Amino acid sequence: MEDITKLIGNTPIFRIEPWERGISREVAIYAKLEFYNPGGSVKDRPALFMIRDLEQRGIITKDKILIDATSGNTGIAYAIICTSKGYPLTLVVPANASEERKKILKILGVNVIYSDPLEGTDGAQAIVEEIVSKNPEKYILIDQYSNNNNWLAHYNTTANEIIKQTNGKVTHFICSLGTSGTFVGNSRRLKEFNPNIKTYIVEPDSEYHGIEGIKHLKSTRVPKIFDPSLVDGEFFISTERAYSIVREVAKRYGLLIGPSAGLNLAGAFELAKTIESGVIVTVFPDSINRYFSNQSLWL
Amino acid sequence: MKVLVKIPAPLRQYTSNQKEIEVTTSSNTVKDVIIELTNHYPELKTRLLDETGSLRKFLTIFLNNSNLRDIGGETAQVKDGDIITILPAIAGGKTK
Repeated sequence: MEDITKLIGNTPIFRIEPWERGISREVAIYAKLEFYNPGGSVKDRPALFMIRDLEQRGIITKDKILIDATSGNTGIAYAIICTSKGYPLTLVVPANASEERKKILKILGVNVIYSDPLEGTDGAQAIVEEIVSKNPEKYILIDQYSNNNNWLAHYNTTANEIIKQTNGKVTHFICSLGTSGTFVGNSRRLKEFNPNIKTYIVEPDSEYHGIEGIKHLKSTRVPKIFDPSLVDGEFFISTERAYSIVREVAKRYGLLIGPSAGLNLAGAFELAKTIESGVIVTVFPDSINRYFSNQSLWL
Repeated sequence: MKVLVKIPAPLRQYTSNQKEIEVTTSSNTVKDVIIELTNHYPELKTRLLDETGSLRKFLTIFLNNSNLRDIGGETAQVKDGDIITILPAIAGGKTK
């Protein structure tokens, strides 16, 4: 049977011509189109690495259940991999996950426990910890927020693709944080390749925001895999601006990106305004397909 | 009348860590209740209202069991005993 995991990675890179003022013509901005992964998001990469690691260590058995907390995309990634391999999977997802994500998980036959939406993914993580502590022999905790194979996926794949696709000319990398795996893995590898490469984070400008899957660091659990020493600078962007970027990219390029991609690109624009020349790379983690039910994106 | 407002985790630092706040009001609409709430807890203002004083468009708010978007938006009428729930974005999470 064909293995769907072979389709993960090697995503296209796409150049965006900035339309905002104050950006030098000598600055090029690129985005990795991670919605080309079979699960529809960047999360396919860390999901594959984390599950593969468990396989290689002989931890996965058919009588145990893989479990994790997720805002949705990682859950979908786990689901396509576990479905293809026949591994039982339970996910704890905040109940205010988008309807699209819920439907995808249902179609994939995943056991989902919906947690209190008022507590966010921190609340979902707490529930997973409780479930595992009560039944340690029954569950295998993947723990995307603490698992080093999360960032290693990007260290070993995404970053090398970026280096190749920019002919080694990348000078800056910027992205937002969910588990921080994309930022940590890419930053570590890129700085190893060229210590002059600067790596930035972009965050919502408020702890209360509308960017699904993304953290405002000061107000949430900081993922264990996050490494602040990799941060050369940061930018804060409003939800409204991220949404407007989503709409502009759709109108200008016919490219349908998700809200976190809008946030990342807004951050790339702000970074571009501070440099005279360079090659900035960011990530479009997923597409608008998961957010059609979010009508405020279109207002 | 009294309306209960449920506060998402990221915003509780601005409401003295209260998860639920009973707002006593003569207001008629969800928007008015939220404005009343921000009058008592001013730091909520910029987080819940835009520069025109309307509810920020990306907010997900429920009036009892109905999403505000399905029942007319911020001008939806409230009555005594109603519950307004302000939901966070997915990865908001707890304050430390």
